Amino acid sequence: MPNNFLRRVDLIFDEDCNLKDVLKSTYQRSNDDIINELLESGLKGRGGAGFPTALKWKFTSEQPDADKYIVCNADEGEPGTFKDREILFKVPFKVFGGMAICAKVIGAKEGFLYLRGEYRFLLPELENQLKVFHSALNDLGINFTIKIVMGSGAYICGEESALFESMEGDRGEPRNKPPYPTVSGFRKKPTVINNVETLVYSFMIFRYGARKFKELGTADSRGSKVFSISGDTPKPGIYELELGMTVEQFVEEFGDGDTKAVQVGGASGFCVPRKKFKDTIIGFEGVPTGGSMMLFNSSRSMYNVLKNYLEFFEEESCGQCTPCRVGCQQLKLGIEAVKKGERHAVYLDQLQKLAQTMKITAKCGLGQSVANSFFSIVENFKEEMIY
Amino acid sequence: MAETKELVKTLADRHGRTRESLIPILQGVVQQERYISSEAMTEIARELDISAAKVYGTATFYSFLDTQPRGKFVIRVCRTISCAMRGKSLIIQEIEDLLKIKVGETTQNRRFTLLETNCLGWCHKGPAMLVNDEVYTELTPERVRDIINEYMNK
Ligand SMILES: Cc1cc2nc3c(=O)[nH]c(=O)nc-3n(C[C@H](O)[C@H](O)[C@H](O)COP(=O)(O)O)c2cc1C
Ligand code: SF4
Ligand code: FES
Repeated sequence: MPNNFLRRVDLIFDEDCNLKDVLKSTYQRSNDDIINELLESGLKGRGGAGFPTALKWKFTSEQPDADKYIVCNADEGEPGTFKDREILFKVPFKVFGGMAICAKVIGAKEGFLYLRGEYRFLLPELENQLKVFHSALNDLGINFTIKIVMGSGAYICGEESALFESMEGDRGEPRNKPPYPTVSGFRKKPTVINNVETLVYSFMIFRYGARKFKELGTADSRGSKVFSISGDTPKPGIYELELGMTVEQFVEEFGDGDTKAVQVGGASGFCVPRKKFKDTIIGFEGVPTGGSMMLFNSSRSMYNVLKNYLEFFEEESCGQCTPCRVGCQQLKLGIEAVKKGERHAVYLDQLQKLAQTMKITAKCGLGQSVANSFFSIVENFKEEMIY
Repeated sequence: MAETKELVKTLADRHGRTRESLIPILQGVVQQERYISSEAMTEIARELDISAAKVYGTATFYSFLDTQPRGKFVIRVCRTISCAMRGKSLIIQEIEDLLKIKVGETTQNRRFTLLETNCLGWCHKGPAMLVNDEVYTELTPERVRDIINEYMNK
């Protein structure tokens, strides 16, 4: 069967960005006009949660505070994701440009880019590019500056409120929500926080118009998306694809002929087994993803995969709330005990209940999403958990 | 230690003395001394006029803000699934044999520390590792031997 559905797109890495013209023309438009265009595009956040970008900007713009901020989330810590690194390496101007447009809409004078510590090697070049960018803004008479803030090796700091805590010099422990960042974010001021890729798409929407973006994708998942593809595949790497494909179509293109499962969305995402490839759409109407796609072939033990994820969560949990701190440990110990035969297989049901409890009671997205991979792996690969 | 004191002062001059300067200063100490000693923490607390407990609380939260003595070269090998599937265990094994240390340990001469870390964002080119801030990808036992040998001569 020819794979004529998967459409390659080149919005993100196209290096011709026409920065000054785009900023100049966009800065001449009214804020309402800008927000409406973004709304029309249907762009949703690319960092995982998928919140409509236009609304985030709008809510923040409506706050009365004098000081507001735009923060670019470049903490990229989800296992299997590496596209933000490539975007920052190849097209940093588009990221900065997206931030500058947001700054106009919300009325921010300062922006911040929170870069994960693992990407420190990008810093010198980013600082150089930032100088060029600031001088372009200066030429245009735009009063806005961006500062890069370095992370220090903590996955949880990708969670927006933990990221603000970290920027303020504290432990990266998530805050209670509400209030949301649009009301109280960095320095407790109204803040837009967007993923690197979201900001680039925002910029491109003002370069080419909402229509070009909207033509791509489906009603629920407009546009294209950058995927980070790894695991058992003959062509691992970074690909920008139109949204709306099924896992089956994806596997046809990227599988090695023996794919038994695809983990969509990283450790905090969902495992899709072969029998569900056909009916599962990759996108907000099916399995959402921040871009992480990991393929597993039949030589892999899904028990090892789940154990690796649980070790990840156990270590990266900030430890602030009990369901997550204790839950992650117990889930890991639990599957080990079943595997060794120290516990009967029915113990897995109890562990599922625990994961369910974490989903309801954990304070932030980390603890709440452990259940995603836990359920989808345990339910679909029960024999592998036991024998 | 006079040197640490001087370093903290220089870093505070550069990054400022507000609460938001704390992590940049801690990162600066790690870049220079490879770990944050208790003297450094006390000194930072004094310089920023905050409690030492606060400095300690922040420092101990982040995996890259080491509070244990580390070697001049800190090796962090990715242990997350994509790298695990591409043979990270062989890489660890090779480094352990070369340096005669286990994961978590530092060589006697304080040159190398070997650690594991979570996904480094190079999963399509695993196995991957960091040596201080430098990234190495698509590692094989042979390649990692060459890399470590190079550092031994630095
Ligand atoms: C544990 C955890 C880790 C996260 N890590 C990231 C990250 O590395 N990058 C990112 O953009 N969003 C991450 N997010 C989502 C952010 O909290 C936030 O929703 C996102 O930055 C919003 O940007 P967007 O609307 O452009 O997607 C994470 C969320 C959680 C709960
Ligand atoms: S759910 Fe986990 S990571 Fe989130 S606040 Fe609770 S302990 Fe911290
Ligand atoms: S799994 Fe090793 S770099 Fe991502």
